[in-house]
Amino acid sequence: MNKSSSLSRRRKLIQASIFGLFRLSAAINGIALFVIVYFLVARGWRAINWTFLTQPPREAMTEGGILPCIVGTLYLGLGAILVALPIGVTSAVYLNEYARPGRLLRAIRIGINNLAGVPSVVFGLFGLAFFVVWLKMGVSILAGSLTLGVLTLPVIIGSSEEAMRSVPDTYREASLALGATKWKTIYRVVLPAALPGILTGAILGISRAAGETAPIMFTAAVFYTPSLPASVFDEIMALPYHIYVLATAGTEIEATRHLQYGTALVLIVLVLGLNLFAIIYRARLQRRR
Amino acid sequence: MEHSLKIKIKNLNFYYGDFKALHAISMDIYENQVTAFIGPSGCGKSTLLRCLNRMNDLISTSRVEGQILLDDQDINDPNLDVVTLRHNVGMVFQKPNPFPKSIFENVAYGLRVNGIKDKAYIENQVEKSLVQAAIWDEVKDRIHDSALGLSGGQQQRLCIARALAIEPEVILMDEPASALDPIATQKIEELIHHLKRSYTIIIVTHNMQQAARVSDITAFFYLGKLIEIDDTETLFTKPKLQQTEDYITGRFG
Repeated sequence: MNKSSSLSRRRKLIQASIFGLFRLSAAINGIALFVIVYFLVARGWRAINWTFLTQPPREAMTEGGILPCIVGTLYLGLGAILVALPIGVTSAVYLNEYARPGRLLRAIRIGINNLAGVPSVVFGLFGLAFFVVWLKMGVSILAGSLTLGVLTLPVIIGSSEEAMRSVPDTYREASLALGATKWKTIYRVVLPAALPGILTGAILGISRAAGETAPIMFTAAVFYTPSLPASVFDEIMALPYHIYVLATAGTEIEATRHLQYGTALVLIVLVLGLNLFAIIYRARLQRRR
Repeated sequence: MEHSLKIKIKNLNFYYGDFKALHAISMDIYENQVTAFIGPSGCGKSTLLRCLNRMNDLISTSRVEGQILLDDQDINDPNLDVVTLRHNVGMVFQKPNPFPKSIFENVAYGLRVNGIKDKAYIENQVEKSLVQAAIWDEVKDRIHDSALGLSGGQQQRLCIARALAIEPEVILMDEPASALDPIATQKIEELIHHLKRSYTIIIVTHNMQQAARVSDITAFFYLGKLIEIDDTETLFTKPKLQQTEDYITGRFG
């Protein structure tokens, strides 16, 4: 009796400590985000004011604001999604709805997985060689958007496929049995049902693209330009690259510390805001069912 | 009362890969009659049903031998458009499967994918189908609400309305009431009774009382073979074969 109760106490203890460990691991995620945000807010909030958000930089970037960087990052994110969303969704439709299992499908999947694993600086060099130089786009929003688009493709394909896989086959069967062609079934039933998932993936893709530095440093972003872009062939400033420039290449690295943190804070608010929007949007679409 | 021949199945074999699921099935299905397929699970009755609108095409390893003639036209003829076939042969599935769209859009779907744009015609057809499927009174005030808010029995009648909207000649029902409660089941059975005036109906069912109640002709399948087919009354009261009698009296299966 005594022995079994001590055994059971021991079991409960082991149980509790193991779950505690798991809970701690899960909590570290939240803590990490909190620490990063806290750090940026603590050091950067003093830099944030109306001038900072609405003016271009002045005095060798030690004064003024970051408006061209905000605009540039928004353009690049938008451009990337305009490139990646159509290609990504159509690829996912092919892979999930049309492709027959076989060597070709395997090869394409290996390609996509490896594309997802390519370091972002390699995308930057590829963009420089291919879009900027070979296709003569120059350092421009266009070249940067295309480069970021290619980088985002695996994310979009992955989330679109996932969303389409979760559409029950009974919907497809019902549609085909009503005399719909395969394409009409996809267009009128599968894609609408998968839309929340696809759009969530797209927004997460934008937020990923918005934060990238390496792919745009050779293809779109420049050290300094006072004017806002007039066309997609213009070069631009961008938030992540601006942080990099201020922190490493400026003449007044110490003097611009608070501007660096301020810029980083703006970037992370932008990215987290997009993610939050994606979450709320998905929840709303799902509730409307 | 004489009924004309609607579907003629001639020496039909069906394979899933190497597995032969149907063995030399030959049978006739008559217009404006309800034909029930009964038999234990895995006997091939659903497979046969799905041959009739070529839903088995979706399974890449499947293969058909023999003929199925719908109004003397071979439905497996490579020149025949499967979309046209499915237009003429509607289907209701085991589990209610309305689209995540409004009640109206569910019923209008078959018309829209077949290229019909005339709004007045679509509205008229939707109402007519919902009336025919005996669900109009329950949904007429919320026709633009989501179909997923309906009860299971209502969803199944909506699916029947959806199949009726494109005016098929034949309706296949794959255990249409097996996921429903007794009251909803009764409604579906009454509905089948009404519908056979205008349609040819084939129903797969596990429920022998249901087959006896709703059908005119019953076919008993076992292990991929058609064992016996007869007037429902004869089959259930004076079956010719011992095997059929054993099954309908519940001694096996």
